[in-house]
Amino acid sequence: MEEIKEWKGFDDGIWRDKIDVRDFIINNYTKYEGDDSFLKGPTEKTKKLWEIVSNLLKEETKKGGVLDADTSVISNILSHKAGYIDKDLEIIVGLQTEKPLKRAFMPNGGIRTAVKALEQYGYSVDKEVEHIFTEYRKTHNQGVFDAYTAQMRACRKNGIITGLPDAYSRGRIIGDYRRVALYGTAKLIEEKIKDKEELEFALMDEENIRRREEMAEQINALNELTQMANEYGFDISKPAADAKEAIQWTYFGYLGAIKEQNGAAMSIGRISTFLDIYIQRDIEAGKLTEEEAQELMDQLIIKLRIVRFMRTKEYSALFAGDPNWVTESIGGMNNNGDTLVTKNSFRILQTLFNLGPAPEPNLTVLWSNKLPEGFKKFASKVSIRTSSIQYENDDLMRQYYGDDYSIACCVSPMRTGKQMQFFGARCNLAKSLLYALNSGKDEITGVQVGPVLKEITTEYLDYDDVMERLEEIFDWVAKVYVDALNIIHYMHDKYAYERLEMALHDKDIHRTMACGIAGLSVVADSLSAIKYAKVKPIKDERGIIVDFDVEGDFPCFGNDDNRVDKIAIDIQTMFMNKIREQKTYRNSEPTMSILTITSNVVYGEKTGTTPDGRKKGEPFAPGANPMYHREKQGIIAALNSVAKLDFEESKDGISYTFTMTPSVLGKTEDEKVETLKVLLDSYFEKTGHHININVLDREVLLDAMDHPEKYPQLTIRVSGYAVNFVKLSKKHQLDIISRTFHDVK
Amino acid sequence: MLGRIHSLESFSTVDGPGIRYVVFMQGCNLRCKFCHNPDTWSSSCGNLMSSDELLEKILSVKEYLFNSNGGVTFTGGEPLLQIDFLIEICSKLKEHGIHIAIDTAGDFDYSNEKIDKLCEYVDLFLYDIKHIDNIEHKNLTGVFNRNILSLAEHISNVKKIPMWIRIVYIPGITDKGDSLDRYKKFISTLKSVEKIEILPYHEMGKYKWKELGLKYELENIKIPDDADCKRIHDYLTN
Repeated sequence: MEEIKEWKGFDDGIWRDKIDVRDFIINNYTKYEGDDSFLKGPTEKTKKLWEIVSNLLKEETKKGGVLDADTSVISNILSHKAGYIDKDLEIIVGLQTEKPLKRAFMPNGGIRTAVKALEQYGYSVDKEVEHIFTEYRKTHNQGVFDAYTAQMRACRKNGIITGLPDAYSRGRIIGDYRRVALYGTAKLIEEKIKDKEELEFALMDEENIRRREEMAEQINALNELTQMANEYGFDISKPAADAKEAIQWTYFGYLGAIKEQNGAAMSIGRISTFLDIYIQRDIEAGKLTEEEAQELMDQLIIKLRIVRFMRTKEYSALFAGDPNWVTESIGGMNNNGDTLVTKNSFRILQTLFNLGPAPEPNLTVLWSNKLPEGFKKFASKVSIRTSSIQYENDDLMRQYYGDDYSIACCVSPMRTGKQMQFFGARCNLAKSLLYALNSGKDEITGVQVGPVLKEITTEYLDYDDVMERLEEIFDWVAKVYVDALNIIHYMHDKYAYERLEMALHDKDIHRTMACGIAGLSVVADSLSAIKYAKVKPIKDERGIIVDFDVEGDFPCFGNDDNRVDKIAIDIQTMFMNKIREQKTYRNSEPTMSILTITSNVVYGEKTGTTPDGRKKGEPFAPGANPMYHREKQGIIAALNSVAKLDFEESKDGISYTFTMTPSVLGKTEDEKVETLKVLLDSYFEKTGHHININVLDREVLLDAMDHPEKYPQLTIRVSGYAVNFVKLSKKHQLDIISRTFHDVK
Repeated sequence: MLGRIHSLESFSTVDGPGIRYVVFMQGCNLRCKFCHNPDTWSSSCGNLMSSDELLEKILSVKEYLFNSNGGVTFTGGEPLLQIDFLIEICSKLKEHGIHIAIDTAGDFDYSNEKIDKLCEYVDLFLYDIKHIDNIEHKNLTGVFNRNILSLAEHISNVKKIPMWIRIVYIPGITDKGDSLDRYKKFISTLKSVEKIEILPYHEMGKYKWKELGLKYELENIKIPDDADCKRIHDYLTN
């Protein structure tokens, strides 16, 4: 075997012969089971660089959210020359455009959206560019609308299906950026050429034609990436030779992706333990100190904190706070029962102390009961102090996705470099319920959107009758929904293909059609009211039910009460089964998430009064959360209800956003850390999938609304991601403040 | 058997060791002037619940209790008023190895053998001594403290069940005259005391008195801070 000098000191394994990053990690990483005492603070260089960036961030906020934007250069891997913040202070380099925080112009998702976004922030697009993308070059958005049916348009307009990636890039595809560091692009290109050659004599049906074209695009992208790195003075055609190069190469891979794709979620994958192998090798060789290792990680994180895309205000209403979901998955266990926690799992969390809290990257701890105590405690401590971490159940996901999966966006697991998803936003289940009661008519617009059902003639709603109606609506909406997604992803592959991200995948990949639902707790509580109390519908002059008289009590989701929790699971399963019945684009596996991002506010605005007592226009609870303030039996009962939802029926993730006051966890910091650790251990032991942990007093948020300048870095987890609280709209701030803060009783 | 339950709280870190599932029992025979849960006084309100129902609820959180070395705490109201129910639920909880604490004001006849039966299951008593002086106790709670002190001695010295003494610190009342010295002296006679907790008097339950149409009699009480409580704690433990 040829000796590759950059691999000196690494153990053998099949990773040397074929592209297999997981095998490299398993054979070479050094687990760490100690505590956080080895960690170092930021270096002077990092502090100076972060100060410059912090000032730029302040300016950005002052300017209304956008510091600068390209109006004529169409962004791709090679569109911009090398850009720097301050060359002398930067150890890891590379910007999306020539300047930090300057947003690139990316029209491939939809020219209209791209133009609108610029206009909303006071920029105007170069007329020639607009002309080209309107007259000569079709974009994704136009393709989708050419194919959409009338029914799809009606569903979209009335808000029963929303947030669809039909006017923006779908995202949620994670390139295995580690491959750039481990193998260098030359080897990756060589492998892709071999893959393409395998299809030399294949039948040229539609799928094979498409694959050959895609592979050609992937090879082009890798060549361009090599050139891009060259602009910065690095030769990434070769494998990375040390820790600094490994981080730089990995980041270049990611940078190439975000220069070309403004996907809704652009996760970075699972890089920290991988990078630790290089750091460890350098430290052992005496070539790197712990301070320098931390400096490298701090500097990488600074880059990930300034990823920017140009978004419309409508987009921000759905996904508030300018998020990019630069999600990094940390820790977890391997298939042999050993932890994948390394010192670098600590270092990446330490960046929240060294640079202060921040929403990005979206730091996601893959939790297992078997994680080392030292790491569990450190993560809990960081959560308590920064409210910047989310946790997901590694013991649960490992069964399905092995030990080298990453999280896309908030809660979507996928095998790194082997699997991708077709992001499908979500269907509004609360509205579906109202359609079931209103014979397919929209309760707000009065339009007959869904199928005509029998009128309800009884004085009180009957549970079995409502369930039958709901099933009919689900049958209908699931079909329209998946068909719309099929169109969207066909067009996205055609007009906005993620060539670099897919170049960092295997040849044969598993695809999922990631559907989603919103308003689960609204529906569960509504059905509980119909079943356990007496619900009288009230019609308006149009004959449409717009309100309900509810007599008697009924159990609500979030109290560990099986009477209603079972209803939630039934609804979850029923909808998933309807999704399973549909034919999906590229034979993707149908999956579902229970996740709303911050769109729970917009969905609520578009949905009439529901039988659970929620009034027209009021927000839903986010994700799988119980409705606000209906959790009457405290923290564990609430956690238990959510943990009961079945991951098998929502393999794209079940999001729970949880806020508690510091004092509820105990008196001293040690007590608080211990309590939070136990809560996480137990929630995941009960098979909960995901949880955002916020440890905050409501008063802090109220003060931040009045004095945003005092809280530039105040971070809060909202729904699968975190935001800078002061960047949210007032409406979203009020939604967060009105959520349940679990407190001492 | 049915118990009368005021409410359930699935998570607490302040009612015994570890994470506690707290059962608020309905009904109390004391009428403490500082009570923050006067809605638990009446023995005719609340929800009736069987011991099996309650057991199921508690078992559904057992991971949290075990992982934290926590358990269940019965409080109230006065849980001992429903001692037959307590014996039944506690015997069932014990089969599942769950740690049991009872938070009581202790106004119960120590010679009643039901106490001995209950003590077979209980791991910890959170024992509230509202006032050490018999007359002051009567003024503050409506009952004398003779039974209370006798029961404390019985549980601690005869049954030898671990005990945490809890004292609500009301400045000017708890520390009136030589009260603190007498507290200290009495506690020193108890052999199983593991901890003394000083809970600061607060008025967060005052609104409930108004809702119930009751007159809140305590006035002009200084709300003690952590330092005040620590001072009392140090005095009693050193």
